[in-house]
Amino acid sequence: MSNEFEPTITAFLCNWCTFTAADLAGTSRLAYPANVKIIRMMCSGMVDPKYVLKAFLEGTDGVFIGGCWPGDCHYINGNMKARRRVALLHEVLGRFGVDRDRLWLRWVAASEGNMFAETVEEMTARLRELGPCVMKGEKVA
Amino acid sequence: MQYTTLNTVDGLNQAIATLLGGLMDHEVVDAVMVPTRQPHGRVVMQSLIADRAGLANIDPFAPVVTTSAAKQVAALTHRPAGRPVAVVLRSCEVRGTIELAKLHQSHLDDLLLIGLDCFGRYENSAYIDLAAGDEHLSTTFLAQATGGGGTTLEGVEITTACQACEYPVPGNVDLRLAVIGADVGKQIWVEALSDKGREALAALGLDTEEGTPEGRSSAIADLTALREAFKKQLFEEFTARTDTMDGLREVLAGCINCYNCRVACPVCYCRECVFVTDTFRHDGEQYLAWAEKRGQLKLPTDTTFYHLTRMVHMSTLCVGCGQCSSACPNDLPIMELFRTVSEQTQHRFAYHPGADPQEAQPLAVFYDEEFNEVTGQTK
Repeated sequence: MSNEFEPTITAFLCNWCTFTAADLAGTSRLAYPANVKIIRMMCSGMVDPKYVLKAFLEGTDGVFIGGCWPGDCHYINGNMKARRRVALLHEVLGRFGVDRDRLWLRWVAASEGNMFAETVEEMTARLRELGPCVMKGEKVA
Repeated sequence: MQYTTLNTVDGLNQAIATLLGGLMDHEVVDAVMVPTRQPHGRVVMQSLIADRAGLANIDPFAPVVTTSAAKQVAALTHRPAGRPVAVVLRSCEVRGTIELAKLHQSHLDDLLLIGLDCFGRYENSAYIDLAAGDEHLSTTFLAQATGGGGTTLEGVEITTACQACEYPVPGNVDLRLAVIGADVGKQIWVEALSDKGREALAALGLDTEEGTPEGRSSAIADLTALREAFKKQLFEEFTARTDTMDGLREVLAGCINCYNCRVACPVCYCRECVFVTDTFRHDGEQYLAWAEKRGQLKLPTDTTFYHLTRMVHMSTLCVGCGQCSSACPNDLPIMELFRTVSEQTQHRFAYHPGADPQEAQPLAVFYDEEFNEVTGQTK
């Protein structure tokens, strides 16, 4: 077994677009890194910033929020809300030296199974470069 | 701008009491909320005065803010009485009030907002000690501060938050009690900033002049420059030692999860904080699982989580009043922490809390074409 660092990605995926894309990637037999752990949300706008903070504090190395492209949200504008929240989280986390590349928001449509696989591939590669996340609370939360 | 001159030779509080009493006599307002000496403990707290006799004990320039009055204004107006009330507030309290009004937790319609020029406040306990030795502490303090003698009395400094406050003069008020640049032993000024303010002065039959009182603009510029310089150095030093998660944990090491900071915060707007709900009443099994995963677990838990969450919730609205630091039982530099985060989050959204009642709060609006750099994707 390799001793090389393998990042963990916690993915919050919108039920209607990105989760469906992940499903499509699977049924299309596309290979993507097993580093990603998927949590299905009804909407990217349902991702409370607390979920993101908690995931990092519990030891994840990256968080990937997947939503519908602008204009395609099943709930009209949940993805727009997610975008402002991620911008805010980037500022707060960035203030304490947490690289913005640890938190990705990406639009992936239901038909874009290949794009889902590519995005996970890219993010995993980037997190391998960044190494383990410093937010993990070893003895304190 | 219109302003009128108040003669203070017979006492500053007396002159202001006459002004506020006039507003009640002429039925401009039914009551005034103003910092007032309490019958016990030398404490000065906001009081809602409906009987003129109560004005004998007002002390609006007392250099203490026992608790942010923005919350008292919210208590008074969240279900408006529909009756006119004057409220006497400092800059940070006005800005907090405006943010709460945007959240529909305050209503400004019934209010005559009277702002105070502010040279800063002492910590509550320090104020009580200083006031014990000086019956006329407010006048002593103002005379020294306006006379260029600074804000340190008997070796006691005003709060760090106040030393770093770049807004000594409140905006968005109807009337302003202006002391910066004045010889407070002789006179202060009352500036009218709105139609409501001008009508109030007219109702009192006070003569007004146009323009800015002589010497005021330069005195404000000097004070603001001093504060800006202090803030710049403080924030740079603080940011340098807290720009990592380890640095953050070092600062928060003494936190005991008392949540005083969010109770004291005028813009911590949640009716019930999630950190006191059952969400954070973990099962015993959960604690053991954490301890087993990490080897050991500090109790209470969720300390970093709490502060980061509060940053996400309120940092875009932070008005820099410093009540968080004052409320901390372990003297953690919460103000420095939150203000340095706020600078970044407010800058990202180009938002200035309390500056414009019409400006929407960053997380209350969203648009199709914005922040495209977050995803870096274009269709």
